[in-house]
Amino acid sequence: MSKHHRGHDDGHGHHHHANQFTDMEARVKALETVLTEKGLIDPAAIDAIVETYETKIGPRNGARVVAKTWSDPDFADWLKRDATAAIASLGFTGRQGEHMRAVFNTPDTHNLIVCTLCSCYPWAVLGLPPVWYKAPPYRSRAVIDPRGVLAEFGLELPGAKKIRVWDSTAELRYLVVPERPEGTAGLDEEALAALVTRDSMIGTGLALSPEAAR
Amino acid sequence: MNGPHDLGGQHGLGPIAPEKDEPYFHAEWEKRALGITLSCGAFGAWTIDESRHARESLPPATYLAASYYEIWTRALETLLKRHGFVTQAELDAGHMLEKGREPKRLLKADMVAGVLAKGGPCDRAIDTPPRFVVGERVRTKNFNPETHTRLPRYARAKVGVVEAVQGSFVFPDDNAHGQGENPQWVYTVVFDGGEIWGEGADPSLAVSIDASESYLEHV
Repeated sequence: MSKHHRGHDDGHGHHHHANQFTDMEARVKALETVLTEKGLIDPAAIDAIVETYETKIGPRNGARVVAKTWSDPDFADWLKRDATAAIASLGFTGRQGEHMRAVFNTPDTHNLIVCTLCSCYPWAVLGLPPVWYKAPPYRSRAVIDPRGVLAEFGLELPGAKKIRVWDSTAELRYLVVPERPEGTAGLDEEALAALVTRDSMIGTGLALSPEAAR
Repeated sequence: MNGPHDLGGQHGLGPIAPEKDEPYFHAEWEKRALGITLSCGAFGAWTIDESRHARESLPPATYLAASYYEIWTRALETLLKRHGFVTQAELDAGHMLEKGREPKRLLKADMVAGVLAKGGPCDRAIDTPPRFVVGERVRTKNFNPETHTRLPRYARAKVGVVEAVQGSFVFPDDNAHGQGENPQWVYTVVFDGGEIWGEGADPSLAVSIDASESYLEHV
């Protein structure tokens, strides 16, 4: 992807312009140079952080948690009681996953996660948040008009379904466990994980059907 | 503070426009901004709560027009200056001009995996029992502090039900301002959509917040 292209630099009412990104490039370069000259940062540490979130910590972690939850009732029970420990047992711990809670979609209730005040997001299981999650349109509307928000993601829920919005205002970080799709009875955890999208673990989507995942 | 960050329920901010197959970063500077922010956080000179307050204290017009990595970068400059690590003259020059404060800890490449895997837990044991019980109706405070708070405006002076006692955690309203961690019980409190949004609210909606004990009153 070109560095000048952004998902929300697309004329939909946002105020980002190419020169703003050039300004930020210069601003961050100046900051990094000053801090490096002062010996306050290690550029190799920055590379290691970026590499971690580009290659090691992302929504595939969360998909493994969900697939195990669907497959293993004991694990599902543990996740309900102590999500932090259950998730840590799969090796997913640390920054912005220190205090995890899992919330389960049911036939009656759909869960949606937001952070209206900043950008709180369960990094340990979902990685870095997408731009829209941190941007004013989603943060403003998720709590007042969740159905309108979901429609923008192509998701129309039945009118009778309850919607529960969780505003991450403290240090708890939420993972939605989507409903297990039909027609998945024989699938192993790896095949199930392939059905679990990032958005289904935020609540802005559903897990894929096996046909849709193909 | 009633700042530009407190966005729940605002209108007119435009469509969400999710990007298909969005990359983790949209420019090289965003990668550096992430890494620099985390590296400087590792100094131990400020808390996550002070960082959040620095971000929400940006001028509203700047905040609303900025991408999140820009918000982080601008707030980080504030924190680095406030705590004596860099000067504005240095940021303007793009070079070191004087020796600044030495941090307690520097993040080196070989420490990154361990530091990220450990994170920064903010649960703290306290001796006092919770004042509220699961199932109890509670009212949130009506206040408008100019300082940091994690009680959003839309959820002030509203009646909800305690759904869970989540444990005891650092109190951000104090910790953001160097007044100590003063841990408190944190509760998940759920509100009917109608209680929050009134006339015309989606009847199928419930919204919850995680509220520090001092945000809540008995009904």
